[in-house]
Amino acid sequence: MSHLLDRLNFLQSTTLEQFSNGHGQVTRENRDWEDTYRNRWRHDKVVRSTHGVNCTGSCSWKIYVKSGIVTWETQQTDYPRTRADLPNHEPRGCARGASYSWYLYSANRVKNPLVRGRLMKIWRKMRETMGPIAAWTKLQADPVLRASYVETRGKGGFVRATWDEATEITAAANAYTAKTYGPDRVFGFSPIPAMSMVSYAAGSRYLSLMGGVCMSFYDWYCDLPPASPMTWGEQTDVPESADWYNAGYLLLWGSNVPQTRTPDAHFYTEARYKGTKSAVICPDYSEAAKFGDVWLNAKQGTDAALAMAFGHVILREFHLDRQSEYFEAYTRKYSDFPMLVKLEEKGGQMVPGRFLRADDLDGKLGEDNNPAWKTVAFDGVSGGLVAPNGSIGYRWGEDGEWNLEEKASEADTSLKTSFILEEDHDDVVGVDFPYFGGEAYGQFKTDADHPDVLTRNIPVKRIKTAEGEIAVATVFDLFCANYGLDRGLNGQWVTSDYADDMPGTPAWAEKITGVPADKIIHVAREFADNAEKTKGKSMIIIGAAMNHWFHMDMNYRGVINMLVMCGCVGQSGGGWAHYVGQEKLRPQTGWQPLAFALDWSRPPRHMNSTSAWYAHTDQWRYETLRADEILSPTAPEGDWDISLIDYNIRAERMGWLPSAPQLKTNPLEVAKAAQAAGRDIPAYVAENLKSGDLEMACEDPDNPANWPRNLFVWRSNLLGSSGKGHEYFLKHLLGTDNGVMGKDLGEEGAQLPKEAKWHDDAPRGKLDLLVTIDFRMSTTCVYSDIVLPTASWYEKDDMNTSDMHPFIHPLQAAVDPAYESKSDWDIFKSIAKKFQEIAPGYLDKETDIVALPILHDTPAEIAQDQVKDWKKGECDLIPGKTAPAFVAVERDYTAIYDRFTALGPLLDKLGNGSKGISWDTQEEIDNLSALNGVQPEGAAAGRPKIDTAIDACEVILMLAPETNGNVAVKAWNALGKATGRAHAHLAAGEHHQKIRFHDIAAQPRKIISSPTWSGIESDKVSYNAGYTNVHELIPWRTLTGRQQLYQDHLWMRAFGEGFMSYRPPVDLKTITEDVQDDGDNLVLNFITPHQKWGIHSTYTDNLLMLTLNRGGPVIWISENDARSAGIVDNDWVELYNTNGALTARAVVSQRIKDGTTFMYHAQEKIVNTPGSEKTGHRGGIHNSVTRAVLKPTHMIGGYAQQSYGFNYYGTVGSNRDEFVVVRKMKTIDWLDREKSWNAPAQEAAE
Amino acid sequence: MFLDIDYFIFGIMPYIALTVLIVGSIARYERDPFTWKSSSSQLLRRRQLFWGSVLFHVGIITVFGGHLIGLFTPVWILDALGIPYALKQWMAVLLGGTAGIAALIGATLLIHRRVTDPRIWQTTSFADIGILVLIWLQLFIGLGTIFLTLQHMDGAEMVRFMTWSQSVILLNLNAWAMVVDVHWLYKAHIFLGLLITILFPFTRLVHMVSGFTAPFRYLLRPGYQIVRSRRQKALPKHTVQPKAQAHANAAAKPQPAE
Repeated sequence: MSHLLDRLNFLQSTTLEQFSNGHGQVTRENRDWEDTYRNRWRHDKVVRSTHGVNCTGSCSWKIYVKSGIVTWETQQTDYPRTRADLPNHEPRGCARGASYSWYLYSANRVKNPLVRGRLMKIWRKMRETMGPIAAWTKLQADPVLRASYVETRGKGGFVRATWDEATEITAAANAYTAKTYGPDRVFGFSPIPAMSMVSYAAGSRYLSLMGGVCMSFYDWYCDLPPASPMTWGEQTDVPESADWYNAGYLLLWGSNVPQTRTPDAHFYTEARYKGTKSAVICPDYSEAAKFGDVWLNAKQGTDAALAMAFGHVILREFHLDRQSEYFEAYTRKYSDFPMLVKLEEKGGQMVPGRFLRADDLDGKLGEDNNPAWKTVAFDGVSGGLVAPNGSIGYRWGEDGEWNLEEKASEADTSLKTSFILEEDHDDVVGVDFPYFGGEAYGQFKTDADHPDVLTRNIPVKRIKTAEGEIAVATVFDLFCANYGLDRGLNGQWVTSDYADDMPGTPAWAEKITGVPADKIIHVAREFADNAEKTKGKSMIIIGAAMNHWFHMDMNYRGVINMLVMCGCVGQSGGGWAHYVGQEKLRPQTGWQPLAFALDWSRPPRHMNSTSAWYAHTDQWRYETLRADEILSPTAPEGDWDISLIDYNIRAERMGWLPSAPQLKTNPLEVAKAAQAAGRDIPAYVAENLKSGDLEMACEDPDNPANWPRNLFVWRSNLLGSSGKGHEYFLKHLLGTDNGVMGKDLGEEGAQLPKEAKWHDDAPRGKLDLLVTIDFRMSTTCVYSDIVLPTASWYEKDDMNTSDMHPFIHPLQAAVDPAYESKSDWDIFKSIAKKFQEIAPGYLDKETDIVALPILHDTPAEIAQDQVKDWKKGECDLIPGKTAPAFVAVERDYTAIYDRFTALGPLLDKLGNGSKGISWDTQEEIDNLSALNGVQPEGAAAGRPKIDTAIDACEVILMLAPETNGNVAVKAWNALGKATGRAHAHLAAGEHHQKIRFHDIAAQPRKIISSPTWSGIESDKVSYNAGYTNVHELIPWRTLTGRQQLYQDHLWMRAFGEGFMSYRPPVDLKTITEDVQDDGDNLVLNFITPHQKWGIHSTYTDNLLMLTLNRGGPVIWISENDARSAGIVDNDWVELYNTNGALTARAVVSQRIKDGTTFMYHAQEKIVNTPGSEKTGHRGGIHNSVTRAVLKPTHMIGGYAQQSYGFNYYGTVGSNRDEFVVVRKMKTIDWLDREKSWNAPAQEAAE
Repeated sequence: MFLDIDYFIFGIMPYIALTVLIVGSIARYERDPFTWKSSSSQLLRRRQLFWGSVLFHVGIITVFGGHLIGLFTPVWILDALGIPYALKQWMAVLLGGTAGIAALIGATLLIHRRVTDPRIWQTTSFADIGILVLIWLQLFIGLGTIFLTLQHMDGAEMVRFMTWSQSVILLNLNAWAMVVDVHWLYKAHIFLGLLITILFPFTRLVHMVSGFTAPFRYLLRPGYQIVRSRRQKALPKHTVQPKAQAHANAAAKPQPAE
């Protein structure tokens, strides 16, 4: 009753009641104070939601609400049980997720629409006398006015705006840009749709309706492993984490499961209890390392050498000295081992060439349909050459033989994988293999001395072809030689002794990786032995670490080779578990029409971000890596001496990669001209491109006509996180203060690009308008012109799926969006509405021309058997065949909003589908009309409504096979038509199952098996990638139809990557004499892994997480390196190279390997970051010292699995080959005083 | 009605001050016990706090204790002990002066720190800086009175203050008359003292009380495991009996009691 009286206890008895021999005592005091804590945890309701961007966990959370305020969150525990012998999924969740609710009411929340002060001032002034589009036009026409706000980006000065004003500026800018330059100058960037698919779809639907460009993220993040599409024709498909429990041997390679896959880590622990053996490979002593029976601390960036040595041992002991029956049968049926490769002559030597095709042979083996795309093998049954079922040639133009049955032309076969036996080969010839290990520099150098070309003996057959007699070898025979294995054929560079220092052996790998040879042999044996005994239950879990090196393909293909050799892919408990970034959007096929407005117009504009940012942030102007440094010594003759951007331009021109912008001329104008001339649009464009009257925008990225003008960033922190070459973004794209310290090629006097037009003065400030939509004031927001406040993850309705488990989760609005925020869906709806209001009369019904690259999983993917550039006159320009297709698309700018909020008629006409199959979906559309209702009026009258985010969820759930059993059965039947096999049994039992939004709100739901994915959801096996390929005999979507370990494209061979080999990190030359200060002698390899205190379900500005570490940016450094530079723990240090500089505190730790420094990625520049002594500007982020570098082999297109797909294939933004100077800071300047250069910012703030 | 300013300050204000002090403190403790704290800014910046805080606290506690003892020790006790007034005054001047200087230096450091550090300044309330400035002023004036005191070292002046303060406690309504004609500096010192007393419950000064009421008993607790029972009274001993004994009792039950 009274706190005071309760405290006055001096009258109480001092003899207290005791127990446990006086160790315990009982007190009887007032306990009302406890209610304070009880009230803290008291709530009115619990709502199910989850975390909406980045986080792979896809954990179901209880959100607690009290008095309309979200108070906290805890983990849900009601996941359905999956399989009888599996541990439960719960608890799923981690400390990051549990601290998310902090954001809702934090000081860092964006509460109102914000506009850059100077822009707002000019806008309001102009709007007094002008309409919105006229105002924007006048503003852009005045270089002084434009510069006045562009130059203040990142320097504060936001003012509050109303939603009306903010959306009006945005819509006016979009309309002006579409009309003046073309709609493809409006870019939008948002990552990982799976985590909040409707929020993603909101922006991409708006952009697709107006003709804007949706930019990819997976490749840009460098989470896309190009090795996956190369080998499997598959973006990335992986086992769910529960499948770890089924493994007999777990190899953790660069993945830090307990730290970065926290909700799934319990399966790893449980697997260990079950008795699964585990080896952990990572250079640092990571949290995962302590789980391992053995820890192999390979030198960073040398994983391919380790993989090669593993492969060497496995091949020797399980394929050559003794042939494992299971491995033999698996590789014969499911890999390209038996396929024949033509040996070609180069300078008097033989090198592996293209796959032999039916087309090469007289009579084409009786194949009339696509003989150039049917690979050939030697059949043991008939004793002759056959074109086995399943190759890509069977996929298109015919039905029924695109499968992995052991057949060819309907006859049974048994393919030969080797000609090693005396009676099988006609000859033994020396074949050249490139060796790149000698190129290693700096800390990667070893004392070994091997030539750059290794000639090895190969057993060959001589066969007659249309061109005369040639020698062919099986992939397997070449593959073994590539691993340096002696097979009794004599000759050099092969061995049967593991202790020989010869490329491929454990002894060789020990020198490079530092891992003792005996451990390599031990792990390889155990891995393969377990796979043999369990029929493939050896699994390799990989994080992005290995994928972030320039030669990531080599690391990954090394790993994939091991798995294929041991028959692990497609077997439950085995296979390739790459868990990074893509985060499976399970109901993808239902989502795509919504997200890219395929219900109204096709195709949408998709762009691969790596190439786009490389060009538009002018990182190409500073390129230090020359093609000849990465070219193979065995490269075929060709014009290879061009710069990396030139390769990209050729790729765009040949229709391999997409372009954004596409044509230098506004496509709306081109369409008008074509129509005025009465011409067919594709033919008109082709003709004018050939004549030079039209140009592709990629050829002159610095021309103002080709700049990206408007950029939307939503659900993303592009400038604070993923923006490799951060300082180049600031300098060229944004045109503000930056830390770039290097010189461009022109200033250096270096060789200039041949294809890209060079301007001596690089443009600064290409963007007219940067609009960021976020709930927190991120680094990206700070640099934006307009910041729109969005609903947090507990304030909106949406959906979320993951590759880590088979469930589909909702995000739900536990409370209404706080302050003036709105959900992404409502924001883009309001921009669309504004656009529709102001456009008529300026833009009406227009014809747009979309340049479409040759896409994977479409009949066009077998377009370019040979590499021919129309511009060089090597072939004619045939749109869609030798160049991008040019597709006329009708846009209605007067009905953007009407179309946005209704499901369009194109699905009725064209049906729905993905990955090369399609089905009629009228039934689902009728159901949606009934469920959502129809629009009563407007341009979309009578069409199913998509007003609210829940309407949008229902569209996805209704159309997707994964959430609608009826569609799943249709989809499997459609696939069955192509394969000639019956697959519908995989979904038949689920025929009547329909998952609705309110079902998943009640409890997570398991998805239904669908042909979109290569695994199945069943009560027998866990989801595992490649399962249906192996068990349903559905071919991989590759040239050979099999897991393809040999890549025969011309560019692959030119860059020496036909086979996997060890390629050391490349020298990016960013530490020049100019930039390195005297006395700064510590130079370290800069590694940016995922951290413990941020990202995924939260960010690095979260106070709860900051409190758990050092409260701001840190880098990790080894004790020895720290000592050498006089650095002690918690010192402020500065890291720099020509790309820029960053500041952070040093964590000095025994965990880190000498020669490296770790900086956990995405640590915000807005929290506790002092100024850099080097640049004079605020510290920078991890990407301040990086720059994206393109790899030509990722640009290949029009070639079966090496064809473009959005977020599926293309250039990737690697960044681990970077080095930095590390030094202790002398003065810590917080830049919190007024400075003269601060003046504009202050004025802007007025 | 004319109210004499001296009458108000020395006759009425002490009672207002004591009432506000007691009622205000109780009210604050009852209404909002979690605000009863020192609100240390040590987390924001450690530098300058050590010397500032230690000098200030050592000085101010000495001065405060000196005032308590000096003012409220009945004069007859001094007489009984045979302590000359002059001696007592000398002690007060020396001890109080030294401690006062320490406290003043400490308070100066604390004010400087509070005003110049942007992080601390951002989290400073009006009451925080106000009370600190008042105490600084009080110390300054208090030290100033030493020069007056040195001019009459007979202790007579001191005895007047003792008598006044003790008369206030004894509800002698004419007490104010005793200090009417002292130097205005003394008067200012007393006035400020009373003002600080009034402000006490509304500032962080309340943490002084925490010093006296700290749970010292905890240090001497008999057990290490504390069970906070909801029962107001202990259960009778041996309510729950060991099984064997319960059996024994049950077996014994039919036996008639002796």
